[in-house]
Amino acid sequence: MVETDILIIGAGPVGLFTVFEAGLLKLRCHLIDALPQPGGQLSEIYPKKPIYDIPGYPSVLAGELVDNLMEQIKPFHPGFTLGDRAETIEKQADGRFKVTSSRGVVHLAPVVAIAGGLGSFEPRKPPIHNLADFEDNGVEYIIRDPELYRNKRVVIAGGGDSALDWTIYLADLASEISLVHRRTEFRGALDSVEKVENLAAANKIKLIREAQIVGLEGNGKLESVTIEQADGEIKIPTDHYIPLFGLSPKLGPIGEWGLEIDKNAIVVNTLDYSTNIPGIYAIGDVNTYPGKLKLILCGFHEATLMCQSAYKFVYPEKKLSFKYTTVTGVSGFEG
Amino acid sequence: MEDGMIKVTVIDREGVRHELDAPTDMNFNMMEVCKSYELPVEGTCGGMALCASCHMYVHSDHALSDPSADEEDMLDQAFFVKENSRLGCQIHITEELDGLEVELAPVS
Repeated sequence: MVETDILIIGAGPVGLFTVFEAGLLKLRCHLIDALPQPGGQLSEIYPKKPIYDIPGYPSVLAGELVDNLMEQIKPFHPGFTLGDRAETIEKQADGRFKVTSSRGVVHLAPVVAIAGGLGSFEPRKPPIHNLADFEDNGVEYIIRDPELYRNKRVVIAGGGDSALDWTIYLADLASEISLVHRRTEFRGALDSVEKVENLAAANKIKLIREAQIVGLEGNGKLESVTIEQADGEIKIPTDHYIPLFGLSPKLGPIGEWGLEIDKNAIVVNTLDYSTNIPGIYAIGDVNTYPGKLKLILCGFHEATLMCQSAYKFVYPEKKLSFKYTTVTGVSGFEG
Repeated sequence: MEDGMIKVTVIDREGVRHELDAPTDMNFNMMEVCKSYELPVEGTCGGMALCASCHMYVHSDHALSDPSADEEDMLDQAFFVKENSRLGCQIHITEELDGLEVELAPVS
């Protein structure tokens, strides 16, 4: 069980900076993120892209900004629950919120700050009508344990690095492996593309190009997939189908927490970025208000004001006096 | 054609045609044009060819620049991709595109 002052949902730039502003007020933070690393979109989507509108930085790479934020919040020893999604929220008798993650980790905090960006990153699912029927019965979007595929027939779909890498990895393990791709060319590391081509030439894998999977068949368990090509459809028997089309953000369970939502964003009061539930705040890209701009720098501002307001939920009897870091410096927490 | 403004047609996911004015002097792309008219285009990544949420089909035969490697890579992760698939954010509004007609791809 994790206990903290402010539980931050989302470890993107705004969530990370919240740790700093909270730390200045002696509030401790813990972050939950569905991705296995901090940084949110900046790490997952565009780590090598330069950002030009962070005050004081004429240009900074997204990945660098994340590294700097991690450095900046280090003195405040934030906790992290990564690769796990905030699933449910319950108000406790003591006034605190209990947030449980999809892996069952329980977090308790008087304040919840949702800095969820566009939502949690989840695998893109191909539009096959009965896909859900076979989830975990032959269809997997993420490879958790490669041993599952030992001596099994596997069909992988996709043309990027993860599709290539897993095809190479499973070539030795699976009894039969087919890689299905929409185009003839593959993106992804040249070295991996070459390896896949060589495996295909040596008949270790089957490469099916300019094709896509349009149907799944089986009785409770996946038995075959239907592949559409220019000259018609073919059906190949398989035990597993692994579609690897990258990740896309979905608002997810937060949408069912009883918060006021407008067009996939959480409605907040710009006084302090509070939501309709006292003690729950929403900051950064996940919130909406008149004049909202989805900018990192605006999220930083929102995080700062939010912490001042959140203080009263942690220390209802204490008065908060505002101080400049130039006067007080930054004194972190021990251990 | 009005100076600095072209006409484009966007067919939405219900099949409704929208005739829109698109300015050529604001560094706009088709994703942004759709968003400015509140058509249901997400533009999640903000126009970096990194999310495919502005996937559209180009119906008219305007000469568009070839898709970049980034755009092709992203289309690999999209669904319902056809020969005339493009990412709206990579279609920059210029005078030559007057009369452009596109259709929004299904949401996936």
